[in-house]
Amino acid sequence: MAKETGIVSWKQLNLGIAITDPGNASQLKTGDWRAMRPVTDREKCTKCGQCYVYCPDMVYTKDAEGYYVQNYYWCKGCGICAKECPVDAITMIMEEVD
Amino acid sequence: MGIASEALKNFKGFNLKNLPDVEPLSPGHRACQGCGEVLALRLAMKAIGTNVVVCSATGCMEIITTPFPQTAWRVPWIHVAFENAAAVVAGVESAYKVLNRKGIIKQPDTVFVAYGGDGATADIGIQALSGAMERGHNFLYMCFDNEAYMNTGIQRSSSTPYGAMTTTSPPGKMSIGQSTWKKDLPSIAVAHNIPYVATASPAYPVDLMNKAKKAVMVPGPAYLHIYSPCPTGWRCGIDESIEVAKLAVQSKVFPLYEVIDGVYYLSRKVAKPKAVADYFKPQRRFRHLTEADIKKIQERVDADYEALLKKCVEPEKKEKEIKGTEMSVRLDGA
Repeated sequence: MAKETGIVSWKQLNLGIAITDPGNASQLKTGDWRAMRPVTDREKCTKCGQCYVYCPDMVYTKDAEGYYVQNYYWCKGCGICAKECPVDAITMIMEEVD
Repeated sequence: MGIASEALKNFKGFNLKNLPDVEPLSPGHRACQGCGEVLALRLAMKAIGTNVVVCSATGCMEIITTPFPQTAWRVPWIHVAFENAAAVVAGVESAYKVLNRKGIIKQPDTVFVAYGGDGATADIGIQALSGAMERGHNFLYMCFDNEAYMNTGIQRSSSTPYGAMTTTSPPGKMSIGQSTWKKDLPSIAVAHNIPYVATASPAYPVDLMNKAKKAVMVPGPAYLHIYSPCPTGWRCGIDESIEVAKLAVQSKVFPLYEVIDGVYYLSRKVAKPKAVADYFKPQRRFRHLTEADIKKIQERVDADYEALLKKCVEPEKKEKEIKGTEMSVRLDGA
């Protein structure tokens, strides 16, 4: 299955076109919708978790040190985290074209 | 004490430090950038947890989470037509009840959630919803109110506010945009005498999660009206949805309150209210309104808020009030 696009041939579908893997939308790469990328400045970050709680795409997870890190595979670049960060630790930078 | 306040007696509540880790909704869903509706759904499902059966009406949240062959749901989920989400969840709840009674399954703690957009709730599904609430099934209905049919291309619904631009209420020389006032759905739910009704907003995530958790803890029907900013349909910036949701609460357009056993409690008192014009400013759907129109809307918003305040019980009076009603009931009984 072309997991990153979600496009699949009918021959590869399960019997009864059942989806056997709950939450398999997480294979879809929504990160390629993005024009701007959020970057956290760890000097300023207070680990308050506002970015985690306001993210509509479940992009943030907590790392071992307690900082919230982005997963750019899913980040659509809406910029809510940058706007809502109380200490302005997150900035949106332009994606570079390779 | 009513059944809802009895059930919520020992409820501690969430805070930013003890948020649940579960994500019943997975990432990779196809919501627009900056969608406030999927954020509200995510927060509510986080609070409700994984022991749940979810029933979805047609709408944005159905389309974006389950484009075949992928699904963003990690919990049992049924999609039904626009009008019968509440009827189907009532059937699921009854089926579980019977199977538990017969001992075929042992899942007495499963909770049942149905949700729909404002079109699926206020216009198309209100008959099924009213029926399910009247029959007293133990379920939670969540209405994600983004104030138009966003999924099909921003058509007006009965929940669209006065003066808003949609594709079927275009403003012009002869039209102000939406010409009717927003339907007050929480009041309709309260009129069914159900134990728990609340309004919530994703701009206040802990409040939203607490209300979602309370709503599923209460035995009997519960109704949650969630304000859901839609950058696509409201024509605001993709990073502004939380800001708009905050302004809606601060300008008294969407007050946050809960109704437990028929008693109103204000969740967030607006000490220094902002002008409605400030709330309208980031949204292009209100840009055509004149000063006179905004003044008219402001007056209506103030009057509605005053009427709500009159109904609300002050939090410190809470205990006394409940005791008072108990006393009067006892006296009536004697």
